[in-house]
Amino acid sequence: MSVAADNTSGGERDIHDPYAYELDEIDVSLNERFVKNTMWGFFERLRKEDPVHYCAESEFGPYWSVTRFEDIMKVDTNHGVFSSEGGITLADGEADFELPMFIAMDQPKHDEQRRVANPVVGPMNLKEMESIIRTRVQTILDSLPIGETFNWVDKVSIELTTQMLATLFDFPFEDRAKLTRWSDVATAALGTSGINTEEDRQAELLECLTYFTELWNQRVNEPPRGDLISMLAHGEATKNMDPMEYLGNLILLIVGGNDTTRNSLTGGVLALNEFPAEYDKLRADTSLIPNMVAEIIRWQTPLAHMRRIALEDTILNGKHIKKGDKVVMWYVSGNRDESAIPDADKFIIDRAKARNHLSFGFGIHRCMGNKLAEMQIKITWEEIMKRFKNIEVVGEPVRIPSAFVKGYSELPVRLEAW
Amino acid sequence: MIKVTFIEHSGDVHEVETETGSSLMEVAMNNDVPGIDADCGGGCSCATCHVYVDKEWLDKLNPPDAMEESMLGLNTMREDNSRLSCQIDTTDELDGLVVNLPEFQG
Repeated sequence: MSVAADNTSGGERDIHDPYAYELDEIDVSLNERFVKNTMWGFFERLRKEDPVHYCAESEFGPYWSVTRFEDIMKVDTNHGVFSSEGGITLADGEADFELPMFIAMDQPKHDEQRRVANPVVGPMNLKEMESIIRTRVQTILDSLPIGETFNWVDKVSIELTTQMLATLFDFPFEDRAKLTRWSDVATAALGTSGINTEEDRQAELLECLTYFTELWNQRVNEPPRGDLISMLAHGEATKNMDPMEYLGNLILLIVGGNDTTRNSLTGGVLALNEFPAEYDKLRADTSLIPNMVAEIIRWQTPLAHMRRIALEDTILNGKHIKKGDKVVMWYVSGNRDESAIPDADKFIIDRAKARNHLSFGFGIHRCMGNKLAEMQIKITWEEIMKRFKNIEVVGEPVRIPSAFVKGYSELPVRLEAW
Repeated sequence: MIKVTFIEHSGDVHEVETETGSSLMEVAMNNDVPGIDADCGGGCSCATCHVYVDKEWLDKLNPPDAMEESMLGLNTMREDNSRLSCQIDTTDELDGLVVNLPEFQG
């Protein structure tokens, strides 16, 4: 465990040790702990000692942390008091470059815009997409080297989710790497992914807007089709969006459809390596895959938190939250809450009630693409199990420095065929 | 005991005898009626227990509250007789209730 200087206290202490701090000094948002995977002890301590916790000073100003499953449910389902307007991450609302997107809106506009985008991941489209996804998964898996070390994130997780995203947008396939890039740019912490300032970020996102504006102009002049751009261009609630609102909703759908599933695809490999008895269970019975998919999504929790703003004074688990306060629901913590999920730190592929997790959120902002995500992960594991006896993790994963996107940039693996 | 009937989109019929008191979602889950995920465990917050209530039973139910209305409202496949089954309490009055399960939850 590394020891780093903690500037706020003046002394030197281990920033990865949850008990090196007084309760009221704890700031769970530090990226460093997500990189080192040491945030767990902090959340465990808060769940035990101060489940609705006030952090008075942080990079993002003061905020409340909600860390228990039941309390998170209460906040997530009370959209009348806990508003999403203006942003859904801890970091939002600081910059003057505001991107309106429906996840960060309240009723009624949220509902109107969401309904336009919803059919692209609706049941009819999903049925059509299933065979496309399976073919792509097969092609990607068949191209992988056997017995050689490679980065699973690049070769499988990113490639697969980016191809899917390109299909949803009917985006020029040869340019699909741009989608991955824009997704990274949108969420990267400053100083990572080549994004050193907010200006860097804005410049690249405006390139994204320019590119998608051309697509919009093509689609708006053609009859309506089933891709997302066409739906937005023709939808009553979205056809008059201003450019920043268009960009905001694009970023939402790019990040929502990309970063999340990508990291669950990687997280599943890591989880099965950390829990080899579960991997044996899977080898013995692949009918467990659908249940395992839910368990992977819980165990990974690809988005660590969502933020709300209190619209009025309110009481949550005995704490007085004031109007205007930032309230952060730590899904990553609620998904490990022993009082709601037995053996929560364990990865159990045949877990009872595995679907009962927080990773998709609950209430009106619940993930719209969850069925597509589950389908992608399910098909990927079905095809993996037909081909490979073992995906061995042969080195340490490299984690993304973010308290929002909880994921990986590298996972070195070696494949063994049956 | 009352009898409730779930009809899948495929036409498969599940007739279930149940004690009153639990929600219609719980009745479906306890009797392995397919197509109801109930991801939120009955909290009216995931909308995965959507049913179409047979029209003659509609006015025997309490109307949806604001939260149920919000959750139903996000679904473009919502019909006038759409309800979330976790919000329907089984009572003696509902003996004979018939609900249809939507294709999108299949």
